[in-house]
Amino acid sequence: MNLTAIKAIYLFEMARFFRTLTQSFISPVISTSLYFVVFGAAIGSRIQEVDGIGYGAFIVPGLIMLSVMTQSISNGSFGIYFPKFIGTIYELLSAPVTFLEITIGYVGAAATKSLFIGLVILGTSALFVDLTILHPLPMLLFLVLTCLSFSLLGFIIGIWAGNFEQLQLVPLLIVTPLVFLGGSFYSISMLPPFWQWVTMFNPVVYLISGFRWAFFGAADVPVIASLGAISLFTVICVVTIGWIFKTGWRIRN
Amino acid sequence: MDQILSVEGLKKSYASGFEALKGVDLNVESGEIFALLGPNGAGKTTLISTICGITNATAGTVRVGGHDIYAEFRAARSLIGLVPQEINLEPFEKVINTVRFSRGLFGKPKNDALIEQILRDLSLWDKKDSRIMELSGGMKRRVLIAKALSHEPRLLFLDEPTAGVDVELRKDMWNVVGRLKEQGVTIILTTHYIEEAEAIADRIGVISKGQLLLVEDKAKLMERLGQKQMIIELQAPVTEIPEGLASYDLQIAQNGSALVYSYDVKADRTGITKLLSDVSRAGLVLRDLQTKQSSLEEIFVNLVQEETA
Ligand SMILES: Nc1ncnc2c1ncn2[C@@H]1O[C@H](COP(=O)(O)OP(=O)(O)OP(=O)(O)O)[C@@H](O)[C@H]1O
Ligand SMILES: [Mg+2]
Repeated sequence: MNLTAIKAIYLFEMARFFRTLTQSFISPVISTSLYFVVFGAAIGSRIQEVDGIGYGAFIVPGLIMLSVMTQSISNGSFGIYFPKFIGTIYELLSAPVTFLEITIGYVGAAATKSLFIGLVILGTSALFVDLTILHPLPMLLFLVLTCLSFSLLGFIIGIWAGNFEQLQLVPLLIVTPLVFLGGSFYSISMLPPFWQWVTMFNPVVYLISGFRWAFFGAADVPVIASLGAISLFTVICVVTIGWIFKTGWRIRN
Repeated sequence: MDQILSVEGLKKSYASGFEALKGVDLNVESGEIFALLGPNGAGKTTLISTICGITNATAGTVRVGGHDIYAEFRAARSLIGLVPQEINLEPFEKVINTVRFSRGLFGKPKNDALIEQILRDLSLWDKKDSRIMELSGGMKRRVLIAKALSHEPRLLFLDEPTAGVDVELRKDMWNVVGRLKEQGVTIILTTHYIEEAEAIADRIGVISKGQLLLVEDKAKLMERLGQKQMIIELQAPVTEIPEGLASYDLQIAQNGSALVYSYDVKADRTGITKLLSDVSRAGLVLRDLQTKQSSLEEIFVNLVQEETA
């Protein structure tokens, strides 16, 4: 392993993030506050409780997941698309590094950034509602795994994308709907039976449910299914990246 | 001397089906400066990109320092530094950070003293904290060189290092190349300027349409390429070459309003002084005078015709 190279990539990517730290910090704080104003205060005051949890607290895990997933994808995809776009990828391709090392550097940095944002949202939420986290370690595990797997997905999108439109396409067309319909703001049990059944095909449901279980101990699907889903998802991403690197698809012409 | 680079039967077809390299064989000795000349689209960049791992070869083998570029890619690539033709840099980064990054990427431990030395040698030290976008084109090109040197390559590729660089800076760059050679670095550069190859290369290769047409010592090649022309424009047109000038290799051009004299730059006596005095003795009045060296493009055409004849 060329650890020096991994470190170089990781720190270089993180430096970009730290340069705009205030922005990176302020925008999730503001958007979280807005969510609480709209969903917590305005709508939440009429909904009262879901699964025995106050609505304001109920949406916290979904809110974090929503941001973490979209952030991971955009960090992961932009991180590798940018060098491709401006041509600095020549250096990565000519360096004595394996694709695994490149991936660890970029995905690691992307995941770290979104983890940071996830924690900022968690902190901001704690200002608005009473939060007790029932299972802190599993909560962290779910969070980290989500950051990693969605950064991997973003990385794949970044390699695949041939232009900025394509870069936005997958997140916009697939991920955002799945996340919004994944039970961020409601419990699956609130849906009619048919839609409950359809929802089971949405992988994001498993992640949000598992994450919410770590907070409150209540879940839409068994925790083990959640853990299985996110593991499976990570494995699929890893295998895909392995294949991409083996064939040089979209990277080495 | 040992070989730092050996290329055998290298072929490259792009996804479009275009065959950019049609079986290239090339050996470069350790410590030499090798200039690769060729018209636009000849395959110079493709050759370099394939050796460096930016594109995959379709067939053939490449060894750098004895290491196969695929089977032992770590060992092979650790020896290589690449300065690409295009200025590919992150606009918002600081000069020193991108140079440090390159060193780290190649797995070399931090060495700020070395980086300072490199930046000073390239007259970039006072720009070290500038962002790339604040630099001029020539400075950016030097940043690319600094990045390539940061990881102490033994084999340095310079893909048109002096394109768009002014004369002064070009000389500076040649000096840098000279110093690297003294340190034992092997340099392979591509260029469109024959003077450049002439000034710094030990050997010259000419590539055209994906084939290496010839590889020769500079001195030998320059003899073949050293033809120059002097165009003597006249006040009054002539219809034939005057008696007194019959002994010169002259041709009438521009409907008689100019005479063209071909001579060998490398010859001890070019005969220009005598020709000019003979011209005025023959009663011709000069309007203007200019000399012209065959362009590289013309030379290539000649070479290609020669090779296929
Ligand atoms: N990615 C690519 N896909 C398809 N064809 C390509 C690609 N890159 C280069 N080519 C083609 O391969 C040929 C050689 O290109 P190359 O860039 O190696 O030329 P070059 O000798 O470096 O030219 P120049 O002096 O203009 O830099 C050209 O005909 C070019 O159009
Ligand atoms: Mg080129």
